[in-house]
Amino acid sequence: MQLDAFVTKTVTPQAREGNPPPRVVETESGMLNSIGLQNPGIDAFARESLPRISELGVPIWVSVGGFSAHDYADVCERLDGEASVEVIELNLSCPNVEGAPETAAELVAAARAATTKPLYAKLSPATWDVAESARAVAAAGADGLSLVNTIRGLALDATARRPQLARGAGGYSGPALRPIALACVHACARAVALPIVGMGGVTSGDDVLDFLAAGASAVALGTILFADPFAASRIRAELGDAVLPALALSEHEIHGLVGHSASRRVVSAE
Amino acid sequence: MVSATESVGPFTLLRLERGELEPGVPGQFFMLEAPGRVLPRPMSLCQAPHGELAFLIDPIGPGTRALCALRIGEAIHVLGPLGNGFDLDLSRPLLVAGGIGIAPMPYLAAALGDPPAILGFRTEHHAEAAGLLPGAEIVVEPRLVTELLQDDPGDVLACGPEPMLEAVRRRVPRAQLAWEARMACGYGACYGCVVEIDGRYRRLCVDGPVVRDAA
Ligand SMILES: Cc1cc2nc3c(=O)[nH]c(=O)nc-3n(C[C@H](O)[C@H](O)[C@H](O)COP(=O)(O)OP(=O)(O)OC[C@H]3O[C@@H](n4cnc5c(N)ncnc54)[C@H](O)[C@@H]3O)c2cc1C
Ligand SMILES: Cc1cc2nc3c(=O)[nH]c(=O)nc-3n(C[C@H](O)[C@H](O)[C@H](O)COP(=O)(O)O)c2cc1C
Ligand code: FES
Repeated sequence: MQLDAFVTKTVTPQAREGNPPPRVVETESGMLNSIGLQNPGIDAFARESLPRISELGVPIWVSVGGFSAHDYADVCERLDGEASVEVIELNLSCPNVEGAPETAAELVAAARAATTKPLYAKLSPATWDVAESARAVAAAGADGLSLVNTIRGLALDATARRPQLARGAGGYSGPALRPIALACVHACARAVALPIVGMGGVTSGDDVLDFLAAGASAVALGTILFADPFAASRIRAELGDAVLPALALSEHEIHGLVGHSASRRVVSAE
Repeated sequence: MVSATESVGPFTLLRLERGELEPGVPGQFFMLEAPGRVLPRPMSLCQAPHGELAFLIDPIGPGTRALCALRIGEAIHVLGPLGNGFDLDLSRPLLVAGGIGIAPMPYLAAALGDPPAILGFRTEHHAEAAGLLPGAEIVVEPRLVTELLQDDPGDVLACGPEPMLEAVRRRVPRAQLAWEARMACGYGACYGCVVEIDGRYRRLCVDGPVVRDAA
């Protein structure tokens, strides 16, 4: 299974245990998760995870998160010297943790000062004007956009009507997110000249064509990989010659399949 | 591809053509596509008849109901075997199961040469599943499996609801227990299935369902 890129689960400066379980629940047309950025922290990630993921032989996109501009700068600086890292994706939009007090643009600016690697800003669909956010992060030095992260949702159990996730609300992903994501891609593609990695509920070659038509230059797979770990090969076959997608998995969670249609390249994220 | 389905009390025994898949070690599980659902469902292997994989399914929600409604000839995606099975290097095995926790026991019993077993069920109707494990001792609520545990029960291998597993662990600290958690992927990617073990969140689909002592 060839792939053109592999996006890691978000890495933070320190190790994080994440949120208490239950952390996942299926809903009618998607799922909620409240993983809470469980990860080994940047040092253990660079020492143990990166070499393992490098064995896939595909470009690695590392997703970076934190709780302050300093955190983002810290992790980016640490990754700047890692030759195997092709792109840094800034997770500016995790619905499952308290975010940083700074604006998305300030976080991008802090990361920009810490690395020369290409920076993709991953934005939330839960904003009135995502195009405005896109313009702000572009001005702050982002080289591309990843659209979109999950949107906050709540599921209750049928008897006690209590939240099914221990944390209460979680991030909603899967097919239900697709029209929301398409609207964000469509709006941002008209607002900025940056390449866009589209994601949210992609399950088929048809869905990929929707995202490319809306203005994405690449498409990423998330939730579908839980039901079908080989979805990238299947989707590539469904697309035929239209574009050439690929997919990767890691021991971390998965979040995308991306392609630059101009170069007929598709990246899939872990 | 579904080769047969059978009712076993309130449960359904779903038999699938094995294809290229290995049956794995008893206690390991498979992720079964649940038609019409976003996520697959984890199921323990119940039996491994020649050329088949058989799963015993309790229809408690939309995913398991969709699996029980499958017809002969229909095809679903199956991924596995996954996770950690039971350690079978034992001198005096004793199987203990509660309710749908009987699911992995027939395959386990076959691997261990039909050791003694204790099964607990909620109702007589559920207890019809005991037919899958001939010779087992059976209790029906309000009686509990732990009442039948002797003082020196041997090498206990258990699967069942959490309160039952906790009770077995209190009586037999060294018992091998197969736990459950909600899962999304089943193969280590999503970090959705964590359980707290020795103060750390560990993925049950990788470090379980049979959790080895960290010590
Ligand atoms: C490793 C493993 C092996 C399993 N083996 C079997 C098996 O052989 N046969 C079988 O019938 N079932 C088995 N299960 C449980 C089965 O996967 C769940 O019952 C199923 O996923 C529920 O899906 P649903 O859509 O029908 O119900 P849902 O609507 O998702 O759930 C119904 C109720 O069950 C609870 N529940 C949901 N998923 C789980 C879960 N994974 N563990 C515990 N409680 C849950 C929910 O909290 C809810 O109260 C196993 C689970 C695991 C983790
Ligand atoms: C279980 C799970 C974990 C996720 N973890 C991350 C993460 O660590 N960092 C991140 O930027 N996005 C994360 N996401 C979001 C996905 O990358 C993606 O943006 C979103 O799920 C929409 O795509 P999908 O519908 O194809 O899943 C996660 C999604 C899921 C379902
Ligand atoms: S179910 Fe996804 S990591 Fe265990």
